[in-house]
Amino acid sequence: MIPAAFEYHRPTNMDGVLAVLQEHGDDARVLAGGHSLIPMMKLRMAEVPHLIDLQDVAGLNDISISGDTIWIGAMVTQHDIIDHAGLAEAAPIMREASLQIADPQVRYMGTVGGNVANGDPGNDMPGLMQCLDASYTLVGPNGERSVKARDFYEAAYMTDRDDDEVLTAVSFAAPAGGYAYEKQKRKIGDYATAAAAVLLVKEGGTCSSASVAMTNLSDTPIWSEAAASALQITSVDEALIEASVEAMLGDIDPTEDNRGPVEFKRHAAAVILRRAIVQAWSRA
Amino acid sequence: MADKMHIKLTVNGEEEEFLAEPRELLIHTLRERLGKTGPHIGCETSHCGACTVTMNGKSVKSCTVFVAQANGADVTTIEGLGTPDSLHVLQNAFKEHHGLQCGFCTPGMITRASKLLEENPNPTEEEVRFGMAGNLCRCTGYQNIVKSILAAAAEMNAAKEAAE
Repeated sequence: MIPAAFEYHRPTNMDGVLAVLQEHGDDARVLAGGHSLIPMMKLRMAEVPHLIDLQDVAGLNDISISGDTIWIGAMVTQHDIIDHAGLAEAAPIMREASLQIADPQVRYMGTVGGNVANGDPGNDMPGLMQCLDASYTLVGPNGERSVKARDFYEAAYMTDRDDDEVLTAVSFAAPAGGYAYEKQKRKIGDYATAAAAVLLVKEGGTCSSASVAMTNLSDTPIWSEAAASALQITSVDEALIEASVEAMLGDIDPTEDNRGPVEFKRHAAAVILRRAIVQAWSRA
Repeated sequence: MADKMHIKLTVNGEEEEFLAEPRELLIHTLRERLGKTGPHIGCETSHCGACTVTMNGKSVKSCTVFVAQANGADVTTIEGLGTPDSLHVLQNAFKEHHGLQCGFCTPGMITRASKLLEENPNPTEEEVRFGMAGNLCRCTGYQNIVKSILAAAAEMNAAKEAAE
């Protein structure tokens, strides 16, 4: 499998990236870790006459934690996340989710930016970012803007990012309370049949705040306000967990594919969310 | 047709320079251009790990890296780990513990395992299984591969202690 020929660009700063994007428009795409884009190019399902490799662009490789705010550059890999002690302390759900993405070799290459910007409903980071209420930084010819992860995804591979913009970072407030990322997959390296990100804050035996997001159960990640509000200001007992699961099932819209029929996916989604709530509550 | 690029790579400690189209995949560069036929082409879809090499200190699947991305990189293949006359500890352990049958996955397995043991010199069985999850074997059922890697780790640690 050999992709179509392309011109290769390796700029060292964002101005250089934007210049190529402006010159070639739709014919140019940025390359981060390449583990989504390169397979598509090899299958000739993606044609990219101008490939812009971000590996030498300064300022995209850092994880910074200042006070309550966590900032992760787009080229930070899943391996970097797993390895970062400060991040594991400040936002352990990032490590828990990253360990469930693909396999070791892919995690050395796969980046946060690629995972969130690609718009593949199977990717784990978009749902996680919605759960964390993260913001994405986009840089384009008119400067920088910030978009909420919860507003970013429009449909499969369709996002709020314009063709001449590059996603350069994600940022979010360090989450308080209990957390869990649970994922059902057929095998190592597969996308989720169903995955759930859950954050719960416990105050005096009551859940004071909750956030729930589901992965690969619609053509976008699903941040389920209904599932979260079913848990809020409650003691998170069994009946309330079932109410939250029921609410989530009202928000997802899975389709039949090689991971199973719709009914099975709804079953898997319920099991996974139940597990994630129980785990997050036990850690809260 | 895109222009050829001037590529410079270090492979197993040797500098290599050549002209290549940017779309050339690193596995093809290694096997066809540089004669390093240890890394194999298995699935070609970044699942099986037979093409695993170490690039700039990371285990990567060289079927999913363009040679243009690897420009300037330091690459190690199985040929850089040991030779028939002087096997790497891992190669010897795979031999001793029946860590291979047909041998197709072995170069990728051992190259990946070498990086795993560098990062975690004293892994548990579970850590070996987790760390080797990107490499598939259709012969051994993995049992003896895990055993080989644990044995190699023990041997490397014993040698390190003896040297201290």
